[in-house]
Formats: sequence, structure tokens, C-alpha cells
Amino acid sequence: MNKRSSWSLPYLIFMIIFVVLPLILVLIYAFQDAQGHFTLENITRFFSDADALSTFALSLEIAILNTLICLLLGYPAAWILANKKYNRSAVTVVLFILPMWINALMRTLATAELFNVFGVTLGKGTLLFGMAYDYLPFMIYPIYNILSRMDPSYAEAAEDLGATPWKVFWKVTVPLSLPGVISGVMMVFMPTVSTFAISEFLTNNKIKLFGTIIQENINSSMWNYGAALALIMLIIIGITTLFSNDRKSVEGGLI
Amino acid sequence: MKKFFAKAYIWFLLIILYAPIIFIAIFSFSESRVLGNWTGFSTNLYANLFSPQAASATSLFKAIYNTLIIALISAFVSMILGAIAAIGIYNLRNRNKSIMLFLNNIPIINPDIITGVALFLLFVFLHISQGYTTVVLAHITFCTPYVVLSVMPRLTQMNPNIYEAALDLGATPMQALRKVLIPLLRPGMISGFILAFTMSLDDFVVTFFTRGTIGLETLSTYIYADARKGGLTPELRPLMTIIFLTILILLVIFNVRKAKSEKQLA
Repeated sequence: MNKRSSWSLPYLIFMIIFVVLPLILVLIYAFQDAQGHFTLENITRFFSDADALSTFALSLEIAILNTLICLLLGYPAAWILANKKYNRSAVTVVLFILPMWINALMRTLATAELFNVFGVTLGKGTLLFGMAYDYLPFMIYPIYNILSRMDPSYAEAAEDLGATPWKVFWKVTVPLSLPGVISGVMMVFMPTVSTFAISEFLTNNKIKLFGTIIQENINSSMWNYGAALALIMLIIIGITTLFSNDRKSVEGGLI
Repeated sequence: MKKFFAKAYIWFLLIILYAPIIFIAIFSFSESRVLGNWTGFSTNLYANLFSPQAASATSLFKAIYNTLIIALISAFVSMILGAIAAIGIYNLRNRNKSIMLFLNNIPIINPDIITGVALFLLFVFLHISQGYTTVVLAHITFCTPYVVLSVMPRLTQMNPNIYEAALDLGATPMQALRKVLIPLLRPGMISGFILAFTMSLDDFVVTFFTRGTIGLETLSTYIYADARKGGLTPELRPLMTIIFLTILILLVIFNVRKAKSEKQLA
């Protein structure tokens, strides 16, 4: 059945046009001026633009904070859900993953509306709160997945050998669940660092994140600067990805 | 006691998680233009959603229609392209195989905004005017990798002798493909299709960058424009409620069935 390997050709061609070429174009546009000459000006402009730099720092800060909040709230939840003593119902698990299937803009808008009704001033606090809403399921799901498949005999063995429950948790359960934590962190950090629209909704346009700046430049036809900013984000994402390659396996297994 | 705290924590998170959606659902039964201002029970918003009279409801209806058509076309094309690609990749040797899988992973790892900007630049570079076609192409780009990943496990778990046996028994390669391979791959193709369909429905960022200026609206871009204008179209409330309930019912049925079949196996 080996000649079937040629069946990958249409997809290879498709990917060269729609995946590889566009990324090369980001690189080319980032190093060109509006006339199409080579320049480093787009990159240097970013590093001398105090506004862009502080937005960039703020985006990283928000993304890291949000990832931490989701991890702190999500790990205990995943642990409880995966623990047969506390939870036997598949429906509770479904309730936690359900928001992943609903349009993120809709969820965010509903949250923002709720803040408005209760008279909460939109700002950094509501941004963090709303983002935790949006991304908590993405943290819980991969951790739950790995915890529920974990062989309970490891923890039992540790207990038999005299470890306290606290020790069992930190020395056995947590290390074994690390792959799930890493995918969860990826699935929360990557979209939060690159988000746009969500931050506008949750702060009433008061706080701008890096994604919004990229979008504004592209939409006002400053393609070269926009491409340079996208390239910088691509580098951040590349660095983050080096820490893990697990993200796709988790997302692929959602159904 | 421990059990009580565990349960309480779970329910606390769920209540917080669902508060906005439940709030929207309650106010979908009120006619008030502003949320939080109860003006009495009414199903008018639901009626408006299905037979739009007001201008805002009509454009919302159009946006829903666009979203569904784009999702159906892109999911279908992704399913075919992804299944063919998976068969091809499965038959590739070491290095070529890892190159293909690496390329396949790029759109999955890339944040939406990078995919969106990169495809936008591609269409600008190739002088393709943006609209329906470019949005569908963009959606196929980020959906197909998920189909490939759903179909690949079916291929690796398959006993290759079954296919050979069909050939030995006199089936042409085409017949063996249709009667043996495709039925074996079908579950993977279907879950790939569902995944692609929901990814496409959910997408905002990529659509936003590739839809051009012809005024093409999907549900996400409609909501975005709506929120920027300040007022949320009231008909969105019943829509959100319906979407939410549909997904809830589907997921519960699916998972209860899965749990049952797992119990039967055990």
C-alpha cells in the first residue's frame, strides 16, 4: 500500500501555500518598509516605542497572572473531579468542559454584561476575573484527563510505605500529573498572551493588550509594522512551545 | 467533612462559571432592551429571532446563516482533505513523515492572531480580494490539522493485513479503499468533522482578518461589532440560550453513552 504515500501530496501543497508561505510573508513584511526595501526600522521602532513596550509587558503580565489563577483554581477542581471518592458523575465533568464549546466572545460578553449590571467598574480586575472565566475549563480539562487515568496503585503504594496524604499528594500525584499541567498552562497562556477583543470587552477599551495593537496596525494598513509585531509574538510563542509539545494531543482528544 | 468541602468547592466554581449564562438565559424571556431591567415575562425575543422583523434581528439572522454555511463547507472540505492526507502521511517513511506532522502542527500551535495576520498578508501578497472564499480557505487551514490528528490513530491501530487480505481476495485497490479502509476510518473522520465544525463556528480572529471589507459578518464578528457599538442586540440573548442548551444536551447524551459503553466493556 506504499504508493498511497503520494496521497499526502495535495495536503503538502496546500500547507506550503497556506501555512508556510504566509509565515515567510510575515518575516518578509516585518523587514520591509512600505516601498518594499529591506529595513530593520520596524523592529527598532518597537523597541523604542514606550507605548508598545509597556503594552507588551502588560500582556505578558496579564497572561502569566491569568495562567497562575487558572492553575490555582483549576488544579484542586480537576483533582476533586478525578477522585472517585468525591465525584462519580460524568455530568459534573461535562459541566466543566462545556464552556469550551461555546463561542468565547459570547461568554465574554455575557460576563461583561453581568459586571455592568452589578455596577462593577471595568478595569484590570474585571479583565483578570473575566479571563479566568474564559480559560479555567482549558486548565481543568487536561489535568483532569491525566489524573483520572492515573493508576491509583502508585498513591496506595506510597501510603503503604508510610507517606502522609500530604506527602503522597506532593511527591506522587503532582509529579505524575505534570504533563497535564503543562498542557493546561499552554492552553491558557498561548491564547491569553495573543488575545484581542476579549480585553476590549472586559475593560471597556480601557486596557489595550498586544493583540489589539497588532490588529490596529494591520487594519490601518500599517502592514509592515503589524507584521513585525506579529513576528515578536511568534518568537514568544516559539519560546513557550519549546517547553511542551503536548498541547495538540490534548485538544485532539476532546471528542 | 472533606467530602463536603470538595463538593462545595466544585459547586462554587460551577455557580460562578455559569452565572453569566444563566443571567442571559433569564433575561432572554424579557423584552427589555437593557439587561438587568426586568419588564415582565415575554417570548417575543425568541419569536423575533426566528422570524426577524427588526433590522438588527435580520442582520443577526444573516450572520448566523453565514456562520453555519462557512462551518459546514470548511468542515466538510477539511474532513476529505484531512482523511486523504492522513492515509498519505501514514504511508510515508520516517523523515518525510515527521516533516508532514511538523507542518500539520503549525496551525494548531499558532495563536489565532498569527494565523489571521499571516493569511491576511498572503491574500494581500497574491492580490486575492477577500470575502467568503478567503474565509473558507482560512478555516480549512486551521481545521484540517485536527482532522488529520483524529484520523491518524485509526490508521495506526488498524491491522494492515485486513487491507492486504482484501487485495488478495481479488478486490481492486479502489474497492479495498471503499469497502475496507473508509469504513475503518469513518469514526475518526466523523469526530474530525465535528471538531472542525465547532472550531469554525467558534472562530473570531481568523475570520476577522480574512473577511475583507465586503461586509461579510459571521456570528462572532457580528457580536464584536455589536459590542463596540455599545448596545447588545436583545435577540442575542435567546440565541445564546438556545446554543447553550443544545451543546449541553448533546454533550450530556454523548458522555452518558460513552460512560455506559465503557461500563459494558469493563
